[in-house]
Amino acid sequence: MFDIQTQLFEGKDIRFGPMDYEKDPEIEARWTHDSEFVRMMDTAAARPVSAAMVKKQYEKLEKQIDENKNLYYFAVRAREDDRLIGKAIIQWIEWANGNGFLRFGIGAESDRRKGYGSQMLQLLLRFAFAEVNLFRLTAVVPEYNVAAVALLKKFGFIEEVRRRQSLERDGQRWDLLVFGLLKEEWLAQAGNQSERG
Amino acid sequence: MKDLFRGQLVRVTSEDPDVLLKEEFRWQHDSEFVRLVDGDVLSLSSQKKLKERMEKRIDSGFSPERYPFSVRTLADDKLIGFFGLYVELIHSNAWVGIGIGDRDFWSKGYGTDAMKLCLQYAFLELALQRVSLGLHGYNTRALRSYEKAGFKLEGRSRQDVLKEGKRTDTLWMGILRDEWLQQNGENQ
Repeated sequence: MFDIQTQLFEGKDIRFGPMDYEKDPEIEARWTHDSEFVRMMDTAAARPVSAAMVKKQYEKLEKQIDENKNLYYFAVRAREDDRLIGKAIIQWIEWANGNGFLRFGIGAESDRRKGYGSQMLQLLLRFAFAEVNLFRLTAVVPEYNVAAVALLKKFGFIEEVRRRQSLERDGQRWDLLVFGLLKEEWLAQAGNQSERG
Repeated sequence: MKDLFRGQLVRVTSEDPDVLLKEEFRWQHDSEFVRLVDGDVLSLSSQKKLKERMEKRIDSGFSPERYPFSVRTLADDKLIGFFGLYVELIHSNAWVGIGIGDRDFWSKGYGTDAMKLCLQYAFLELALQRVSLGLHGYNTRALRSYEKAGFKLEGRSRQDVLKEGKRTDTLWMGILRDEWLQQNGENQ
């Protein structure tokens, strides 16, 4: 499994690529005009973002990647037509502790519930543990993002923290959940163990 | 009306940069203190850098999101530490950072008294719904102090810190407005 031949960026129906300044901003801007998507991705106040603003965010991200070296960013594309379907990020990496934070999402409603999320997380975990050599991964998710919670649990993430009533949305208080996965737990899962042991 | 800025042992202040700078420059040299208080890898900063950072902090002290304060003893008006609240406005939640830099005042109730003032300010003045914090698993003194102030343990990030070749957890705590009001006999 961990042969050097393993393609880190190729899934069954998706692939990871770099951001595309020409094509992606317009698509990502469209996603941010879906308030539900934005509220699933972020706890900051949801706001629609223009393509020009997305382009600025890309520039900021790439600057951060160059200067701080604590972030990996992947545009997620469908293999069938190369369209942008989501993004997958490892951020806030603490090199001294071997800890990193996941952030991911499938943008368009029509691309959800098709298994793209699973394929994306599979690639992202393999990259984090087998290439970046992190010791653990953390994901912070609002309890109302049931799709993300289910996906993280499917991949063996443990609910480590429940920040009671940390969020207010639609006039209700919601818990914020923190999930963690250790490299050794990931390695113990079928298919991730190196054949050399 | 309550006196928001005076507790049993300490009071809340804002300090001029040169006063604060002198103490912070000293505190950063105590690596045990910084390892207890901070999550980042340790480093030492020049007076110039500290001053720049402090001026930025003082400027942002008047933003509706940041409330950085200093802590002085009531007995002899000694500057011994700090606390700060960072507010997530739309969620009515705040994160606390707190530290007693002067070791002579550890384990004597000064930190707990400062935290009680911090919570009083968060709930009675900022009218927040919740206050949150994180601490290193090896900081048992802080854990006891935060429990005394009313925080509940909400979980731990397993083995997420590596120091001295050993892995420890980060502990996460929170206190809700209703819990604090009840504990402090305030009318709801």
